[in-house]
Amino acid sequence: MTVALQGGHYSRRTLVALMEDRPGVLSHVANLFRRRNYNIESLTVGHTETPGISRMTVVVYGDDAVVEQVIKQLYKLINVTKVSDISDDAAVVRELALIKVHAASTNRSEIKQLIDIFRAQIIDVSQESMTVEITGTEDKVESLISMLRPFGIKEMARTGRVAMVRGATTNGSGA
Amino acid sequence: MAHKSVRLNGAQILWESLVREGVEVLFGITGGKVIPLYHELVHYPIRHVTVRHEQAAAHAADGYARATGKVGVCLATSGPGATNLVTGIANAQMDSVPIVAITGQVSASDLGTDSFQEVDITGITMPVVKHSYLITDVRDLARAVKEAFYIARSGRPGAVLIDIAVDVQRTETEFHYPAEVNLPGYKPHLYGNGRQIKQAAEMINAAKRPLLIAGRGITIAGAERELRELVDKAQIPVVSTLLGKTTLDEAHPLSLGMGGMHGEACTNLAMQSADLIVGIGTRFDDRLTSTAKTFAPLAKVIHIDVDPAEIGKRVRVDLPIVGDALNVLRELVPLVKPASHEEWLARIEEWRGDTRSRDILWRETDELVPQYVVHQIWEATHGEAMMVSDVGQNQMWEAQYYRHRRPKGLITSGGLGTMGFALPASMGVAIGCPDCPVWVVVGDGGFQMTLQELATIVQERLPIKIAILNNGFLGMVRQWQEMFFSGNYCGTPILGPDFAKLAEAYGIWSTTVNDKAQVVDAIAAAQAVDGPALIDFRIEREENVFPIVPVGEPIDKMIRRPVQS
Repeated sequence: MTVALQGGHYSRRTLVALMEDRPGVLSHVANLFRRRNYNIESLTVGHTETPGISRMTVVVYGDDAVVEQVIKQLYKLINVTKVSDISDDAAVVRELALIKVHAASTNRSEIKQLIDIFRAQIIDVSQESMTVEITGTEDKVESLISMLRPFGIKEMARTGRVAMVRGATTNGSGA
Repeated sequence: MAHKSVRLNGAQILWESLVREGVEVLFGITGGKVIPLYHELVHYPIRHVTVRHEQAAAHAADGYARATGKVGVCLATSGPGATNLVTGIANAQMDSVPIVAITGQVSASDLGTDSFQEVDITGITMPVVKHSYLITDVRDLARAVKEAFYIARSGRPGAVLIDIAVDVQRTETEFHYPAEVNLPGYKPHLYGNGRQIKQAAEMINAAKRPLLIAGRGITIAGAERELRELVDKAQIPVVSTLLGKTTLDEAHPLSLGMGGMHGEACTNLAMQSADLIVGIGTRFDDRLTSTAKTFAPLAKVIHIDVDPAEIGKRVRVDLPIVGDALNVLRELVPLVKPASHEEWLARIEEWRGDTRSRDILWRETDELVPQYVVHQIWEATHGEAMMVSDVGQNQMWEAQYYRHRRPKGLITSGGLGTMGFALPASMGVAIGCPDCPVWVVVGDGGFQMTLQELATIVQERLPIKIAILNNGFLGMVRQWQEMFFSGNYCGTPILGPDFAKLAEAYGIWSTTVNDKAQVVDAIAAAQAVDGPALIDFRIEREENVFPIVPVGEPIDKMIRRPVQS
């Protein structure tokens, strides 16, 4: 194995890290990214199938050497048990977004049509707005957002990516 | 002692656990949130050294750990006590020194309310520790101590913090000291990959101009003997890092000394001319390599280190071996073929001869130059003293002119470069190595940062010999100002007290040396004192460290002392 250093090609990598669910672990990880000056695009944490183990999905932008360092530095954290780069694996990648869009009675049906095309859902409605929930790839979420923007987006919350390798292979915490 | 059903309070659990970890000494200062700990300490066989500032506690624990290879322990109260430890914790972590820092914390119920002397020390220290614990439940304490010591000393050692809420210290629980640690996310790679080690041997056997770079990882692993076997068998010259200076007897003909920014010319020329570099237990830091892109352009690089994250972090590596230096060298040496490398060694000898011709030591001068002072300390101690150097010019003169013969014989702040480290660190060294002579080499700037510890030295009867290389400047920065900032001495001239009188006030034997002719006698007199001694050497004020590689230049673009006409 030759370790790449400078001049590697830049790319967006999706890493999955498993960690013990202890106080301070999340800040430790966040701190690491800041201290080592890594460029993190999104970061999602949640529970896994194993009690006491959390799963973090990190999207990092950098050259090969940077990504390799991110993985190694994550491994150095005592409470991090496993780190996988799943970017080159066939993986299911999803993001969820909640979008509150300005919706006057005149354009409500137009918005509704768009939402149906994207197979998104309307989860709340008021006199002047509709709240839309969409789940999908980052591209899909981006497209819907750009379609809704002309109507006026009042508020938005996105989760960042979660990812899982397809098929029976796991990056899980179980045996 | 404790058996299965014994109930102890948190303070007792802490000390009971420390005794089981083999802790014999700890450095600290008491305070409001650790009084319960101190209340119980008297019942345990642990020596407590009361320092005068918490930073010194961390440095002393650090010095103790470097000198003995054991885990150093320091203790401070919450709030300012804890924040004062931070520099020392960062210093230890940066140089991979195993220390456990224990701090008191406000009661668990008061956490987060900004109560008196509350500070989030686990948060503050997060980027500078290997791991940390905040203990708010007494049932977690024994396990945390067990893990803390294991983490501090294993793999790549480092600093671990245990922050203990004061109510935990008073609360009783069943005491069980765990026999094992269970850390699924922490499995140091201690053994190198056999195939890679074989490949390394092949590369070494094929090399015409091989060079070893020996770092502190060898000291940590205790692999000095194996390094020497490799050197002798394959006749490979050795450049050391600052912290790797004691990995090979510097009287060995193949020891070239420290390389890098202030390395002798032969070391840097060797690095840039080698066709194979084997870095062992080094992180190829910028003071060794200068810009990574221009480092060792002709060489293939083998990197042996216990920390996988160091491999490829700064320099390009052709063959990585992740493992402990001792285990890897044990497997590697038998695979390496005897060699002589005559041509290569002759070339290096030529460079060395040139270095000697520029050496200020051999000039006929009456000036009191610091190089001469260090040289005389070296002569007087036969290269066998525990030398504790501070940071800056004094550190580089020590590194250039003290040819160490004793493993672990140089204690200095490498990565963090903490001025004020030497004096407090020397206390840990003197306690850890009571039978070795301990010398501190320090500038007047660094000395004034932590000189309050003179009182601790006297109180603890530590026979430390202190050599102040006093030039009335923050000398290294002054040198940069002279060479790279048009002589603009902003912020570097400093006034100091009469250090001999100051020492006298503490009850320490002292003398002032103004003339070169007094140096030898002053050193001998200090050695003869049964106890601490201080010599204030009033050295040439604007003496420089040569060679020096300007920042950003390749490592062989040295500015050297001119050859004497």
